Formats: sequence, C-alpha cells, structure tokens
Amino acid sequence: MSKIHVTTTVNGEPAEFLCEPQESMLDVLRDTLKLTGSKEGCGSGDCGACSITLDGRLVCSCLMLGVEAEGHSIGTIEGVARGDELHPIQRKFLEHAALQCGFCTPGLIVAVKALLEKNPNPTETEARFWIAGNLCRCTGYDKILRAIMDAAAELRGEVAA
Amino acid sequence: MNFVANKSDLKVVGTRPVRPDGMDKVTGKAQFGADLTLAGTLVGKIKRSPHAHARIVAIDTSKALAIPGVKSVITAADIPDIPSEEAFVGEGPTNFRDQSLNCIARDKVLYEGHAVAAVAATSSAIADAALAAIEVTYEVLPHVIDVEAAMAEDAPILFEGMITQGVDPKPTKASNIVKKVAFGHGDWQAGMAEADVVVEGKYDTAAVHQAYIEPHACIASVNPDGQTTIFASSQGQFMIRQYTAKILGMDIADIRVTPAEIGGGFGGKTIVYIEPLAVAMSRQAGRPVKIVMTRDEVFRASGPTSGGTIEVKIGAKKDGTITGAYAMVKLQAGAFPGSPVAPACMCAFAMYDLKNVMAEGYDVVSNRAKVAAYRAPGAPISTFAVESVMDELAIKLGMDPIDLRMKNAAKQGTKASYGPVFPVIGFEEVLEAAKAHPHWTAPLGPNQGRGVATGFWFNIGGESSASVFVNEDGSVSVVSGSPDIGGSRASMAMMAAEVLGIPYEKVRPIIGDTAQIGITGVTGGSRVTFATGMATTQAAERAVDELKKRAAMIWDISPDAVDWKDGEAVPAGANAGGFDPLPLAAIALKAAKTGGPINAEVSINAQGAGAAFGAHIADVEVDPETGFVKILRYTAVQDVGRAIHPSYVEGQIQGGATQGIGWALNEEYIYDKNGRMDNAGFLDYRVPVASDLPMIEAVLVEVPNPRHPFGVRGVGEVPIIPPMAAIGNAIKAATGMRLVSLPMSPPKVRAAFDAAKG
Repeated sequence: MSKIHVTTTVNGEPAEFLCEPQESMLDVLRDTLKLTGSKEGCGSGDCGACSITLDGRLVCSCLMLGVEAEGHSIGTIEGVARGDELHPIQRKFLEHAALQCGFCTPGLIVAVKALLEKNPNPTETEARFWIAGNLCRCTGYDKILRAIMDAAAELRGEVAA
Repeated sequence: MNFVANKSDLKVVGTRPVRPDGMDKVTGKAQFGADLTLAGTLVGKIKRSPHAHARIVAIDTSKALAIPGVKSVITAADIPDIPSEEAFVGEGPTNFRDQSLNCIARDKVLYEGHAVAAVAATSSAIADAALAAIEVTYEVLPHVIDVEAAMAEDAPILFEGMITQGVDPKPTKASNIVKKVAFGHGDWQAGMAEADVVVEGKYDTAAVHQAYIEPHACIASVNPDGQTTIFASSQGQFMIRQYTAKILGMDIADIRVTPAEIGGGFGGKTIVYIEPLAVAMSRQAGRPVKIVMTRDEVFRASGPTSGGTIEVKIGAKKDGTITGAYAMVKLQAGAFPGSPVAPACMCAFAMYDLKNVMAEGYDVVSNRAKVAAYRAPGAPISTFAVESVMDELAIKLGMDPIDLRMKNAAKQGTKASYGPVFPVIGFEEVLEAAKAHPHWTAPLGPNQGRGVATGFWFNIGGESSASVFVNEDGSVSVVSGSPDIGGSRASMAMMAAEVLGIPYEKVRPIIGDTAQIGITGVTGGSRVTFATGMATTQAAERAVDELKKRAAMIWDISPDAVDWKDGEAVPAGANAGGFDPLPLAAIALKAAKTGGPINAEVSINAQGAGAAFGAHIADVEVDPETGFVKILRYTAVQDVGRAIHPSYVEGQIQGGATQGIGWALNEEYIYDKNGRMDNAGFLDYRVPVASDLPMIEAVLVEVPNPRHPFGVRGVGEVPIIPPMAAIGNAIKAATGMRLVSLPMSPPKVRAAFDAAKG
C-alpha cells in the first residue's frame, strides 16, 4: 500500500509527512517527525502518556491516525516551552517535584495546558477529573495537583511570576 | 566522614532544589528506552505462547524467514542451553538458567505469554507478518493457577524434578512447592497458652503488577567482532550486562550497557526479558535491533508480584502484651522459583518486640508469569494479614490500636523476629507522631471509618560506585552507577555539594554507562540514596583531601596544616601561615601545575543500611449500595532517617501509599478457565487515577541512621506496606465487616454486605 502525503501544522510550524493509512499519529510523531516527547504507555488510550492537542483539543495520539492531521494543527510537549523559557506549568512541575520517573510528565503537561486554556480557575476536584486519563504510577498525584493549582494561580496573575 | 549529628550544620542537605534532569523531563527531551533509534534499526518482536502450560513439539520458522524484510528469527535453539546456576543479581537470589528459560522457552511453555520465538524485520508490519508465519506445535498440558491448588497432591506439575527444599524428611515425589522457609524464636505455641485473648484469621491477596507506565524497551547493536552495545530502560545497567553475558555465553567486557532514562520500575525492571533476544538477533542480522513491549506483553509476560494466602494467629494478655505470634505464608512464584516468601515471613512481625514468634512460608510455582520484585517484595502481603489481625486484637481488648502497637513496639535492642538485634530505629517515634497527628482524632461522618496499620522494611546497602571530577573552572561532575528512577541525581549532587562546600548548582550529576563507572547494583532495595550516596560522599571527601594537598603545594606548607571550610582551603591555624583562603575554583585552575586533574573514584559494598518503619492512617467512606470504597483522607508517617531532598522523600511516600491503595481496592490479575489473563490492559487492570484520591499527607519523622554520614535510611519501599491493612481496618470501622481478601473491590464489599445481612 502506498503512503499518503499529509500537510499539517505541528507546534505552530508547517509540517509535511508521508504515512501508512493505518499508522497512528503517535507513531508518526515519534518515528517520522522524531518528536519522541510523546510516549506510548499502552497504545489503547488508557494512560495518556501520548497526549497531544488537535486544534487545541486534548487527544490521545495513539488513538488518532496520522492522516487525520491533514489541515489541522497539532500541539505536542515539544511546543509547550517558548524558546528557552519554560511554560509556567513546566516550571511549577519542577518547583513542586511533581515528577519522579518523568515518563508520564510530557502527556500530563500537555493535558494540564489544555485544561487551563479551557478553565483557568479549576477546583482541585475538576483538575483531578481532567487528568484522570493521565496515569502516573510514581507520585500519587499529590504534588502534580499542587503544581497544577499553583500554575493556574500564576497564569491568572494571582501570584508574582 | 563522620556522621553529621547536627542538622543545623548542613547547608544543602534538607533543602528542596530543582532536580538537575528536570528540564529534560518537562520538555520531552529525556531519552527513555524506546526513544533511541540508530541507522538501520530493525523492529524486534516476540512470539508468545497462547497456552498456560504446554509442551513445545516443534517450531517451524521457515515461512517467517522467507518473508522479504525479515532479517532474523530466533528460538531457544539459537541461545546456549546453560546449566542451573544460583546467583545474586538484581534484587534477590536468582538462577541464570531460569532467567534464560523465562526469556525464551525451550521445551515447555509455563504460562500464557511465555516467549517461544523472536523476529527482527525492517518494519513493524513485516515483523507482525513474520510472527504470524511462525508455526508452533504444542501439546497442551493441564495447568494450575492458584497457590493452594498448585500445592495439592494431584496438581499438574511444572517441573518433574522439583523436590521441596527445607522440609524434613525430604519428599520423594516432585511437587510445585519449591521450598519451605521459617523465621522466628521462642515457642509460639507456649506463647498462645499464656494468652488471655487469641485472634486468628486467614487472608488472601491477588497478584498485582508494578505497572510502570513505560513498557520494557531496549536497542542492541552487535558488531561483527562481537562488541555489543545496549541502550535500555532498567533499574541497573550492570544487571543487564551480567544477565545478557551469562544467557548468551559472552564475555562481560564485550558488552557495554548505557542506561536510558527509566519510566518507572518499582522492582519490575531488575531482571531481563528482551535484551538477550535483541542481542542474539542483532548478531544474526548485523544491524541494530530494537524491542519495545506492548502493554499487553508487560502484563502477561513481565512482573508481577505474588498473590498468596496468609494465616495469622496472635495471642495477648489483657493489657495488650503479645505472648505469641504465628504466620503461615503461601506465595505464588509464577512459573519459576523465587517468590518473595522469605522477606514476607521476615517482615511479618518485625514491627514488634516478641518473645515467641514464628513465620513459616512456602514458595510455590504455578502457570503464571514469573514474579519480579515489587517494592518491599513480600512485606505488603504478610503485613496485610498481620496488621488486620492486630486490629481485631485491639477491638477484642478494647484498646486504641496505636496504643496496642506502642505496647509491643520494636525498639533499639529488640531481637527482631527474623534474627538480628535492632540498632537505632524509629518505630516508637513514628507511632507517637501518628497518634499526635490531628488526623487521628478528626471527626467522621456516617458510613465512614478510620484505620491504622504499620509496616517494616530492612532497606539494603550493597555495591555502589561514584566518581567526583573537579573541572578546570571549579564546577564538579559527579558520575554514579545508579539509574535515577525518582530524583536520585538531585540527592547525589546535594551530598557532593555539602561535602565540597560549594553550591548545588555547581555540581552536575551524571549516570555512567557500564564502561564509565565501577560496578553498581540495581536501583532497588531503597539503597541508592544510602549506598550510592555513601560512595558519592566518600569520593567527594577524597577530592577534598586532594584539594587540600594542592593548596598545601601552592602555599608550600604541609597538607596537615590545611583545613577545608565552605568550599575553600584555609590555613589550619596561625602557625600554618597567613594565607588568604583558596577557593575550589582557584585550586582547580592550577591543577595542571600541581600534579594534574583532580578526581576521585570510590567503589564500596555499603554496610549499615537503616531499617525503617511507617504507620498509615486512612479514612474511608463505604457506599452500602454499591460497595464502593472512597479514600477520604490519608496520612503516611515514616521514619526516613534524614531527608536529603524532602520533596522527593515525600514523593516516594505518596507514591508508595498510592500503589498500596490500588493493591487494596482495585488491582488484581484475573484468569479465565484456560489460564489466560483476562485483564491485560489499563482499562481492566485498574491502577489509581487522580480522581480516586485525596492529597496524601507524608509526615517525615527523622531518626537518623548513624551508619550514614547524613543519617539516611531507605524510604522508597516502606510506604507500600501499611495501606492494605490500614484501609481494611478503616472499612471494618465504617461497616463492622472484616474483609479478608484483596482487592477490596466493590463486588467483594457488596458480597460482604449481603453475607452480613444473611
């Protein structure tokens, strides 16, 4: 079967790739575009380690086909920081020690960014349910929640950056 | 270096800096096991048994080999048939032949998912086609899954030659019972006779998986001269090197293993599954081979830890003094010997100062995936039963459950139930902190209950290596051999900075590959901050000694006349001369003229690991309609010795407690009648998610371990031990029902309500 040509946008930049019709967006990102920040933990949409945004909407890239990127805009962990400046969510994850092994971290940061763009002032419970699709086996989520709430407050301008 | 008794003397230890590898991990740059691809890399995949127990009659790989793009197909015939050899690698005793047979089956498959062949091909789709084209002829055999069924007289036998060890007289007939173990002292039966109250119960626990989010992954490349490089995610690059060399009959020096970042392990990445196969195929194909397990393979063919049954009997006087204690622990080993039955028995009663105690256990094989270490292997299983029975005892005696434990608490000088006499330990301090915590007396609502339980883990030391390199500009590189699974780079840098007297930011910690640093045991046993920290501390001290010598040379005085203070060489006293302090950077700048580079490497077998104890308080609300148990509040108190980086110590406790909550409420291996796993995915094997949990409060009690310069005790394993009983005890308090079987999932809780109604 011949490959399909896809024209899309990845992290704000124009991108083109060839992919098999059955190839997942995650495999395209990791194997073709060499963006290995998105991880595969399950391949079935249960762990969230491959979280990306599709036109701003949070999706599991393992459940999306590469061809579905045609004409859309993809956001990955590699596009979260601006140059050498970390996004406040990334900074708060570091300050709160909200990661141990760090494997779920890219997906979580992408998911949290999508949350705070949609709901800048989530309750702790809302944040817990939003990230319920992002498994972390190391931390017990405590410090992740603290990082999320602190990042949200900073992004709302409630505390000095 | 002498033990630093006074916390106020520490400048870096005890602070909370950002971890050195953090930037890579929040930006997606960190390279985990599956993230490296070399030119010409082939996709490696594994053919696995669909049967729980079967004889391999024939394997025909010819059709697979004929597919264009297939570069290698291997079976056990391509791997040396190595003899049985006991060894201590990874986190416990092991047998190289068993490890080889677990990587790829030879004559029999012993569990569903057991590897029988592997392929390497130019694409994933071609590899899949090759797997499908391999024809395996099986003679299916009767199978057995559960531990007590496997111990029965008429059970299907996995190994025809297995004669139970440790029983007298020696059995004459083969069975699935590998061995019997026993730990204790005194006369437990006499102890029961002295008791005013005796409580007993039989409990069972399910097999649970470590469920690290990163599946096993590696890439191997073999040159025509046999020189082999492996990049893999594991808890020990030296462990991978040793197993791979042994299983493939190679010289260790011909293998260089680079540790990838590791996406969780919890003990499950202390043995090999895929690396020998990747090397064997790379050797055949002459190209790099990458193998990445699917989540389904991780569940079916790696890990988990044992399930088992535990019978416990405890007798006590009316005042709560325990007069006798007994446990019988039967654990699933999976398809090869090696359940953690010994530590399960050793830890069962280690919290208590007992005159008469005995814990006996059986290691039992059955047609399940071979168990791997999982966080405090064995201890959570036996402790669930013991701490549930302790709760029943407190109820029967009308005593506060913390007071009952305090009355019998192990302390310095106690002869531990598993043999040694305890040095300085902090169990009483932990119990006092739990009792004083506001959580213990907070009000509860309807259908709510509170439980408390404790736990013990040895913690270990062992072989560790670390190097300190003083760079030309006064910055310092610290190389160690311990993969960083949860922030240990930060603690290595902090300890080195503390000794050198320089800012944390001036120290760069690096994890060395097997050619860059001395042998270092796996990241396991809660040993890294203790043992590798000790090697790092000693290497930093040697660097300080050398820096002092160089300063003495520059000043032309005796090295004895130089002191090291706050990162600077200073004259030891007025008689030494009136020199201005020489900062580390100034000495480093002149290193070439004073004798050359300044470095120190230390390799040790660290002794004196400090045992640790925890006490957890759990509040639950039980829904009588659905049987759903919600965790309302959770407090985990633990003696951590001394926290180097308190945030990562808290993180270990929060994460360990959460894994225990999953073990208590949801997680279990479920098999169908054919011995096939029914729930090999995260949808059906349910680990805790954020919305299941409250904040987990970690309370750090610091009773320093005098055998470590900064007082470190291991912290990672203790927190998974108490949760199951703490939650079971809370359910009892909320409902009056004692649940004796894990997981305490809604169907089981509902069934208990129904049974209680009659």
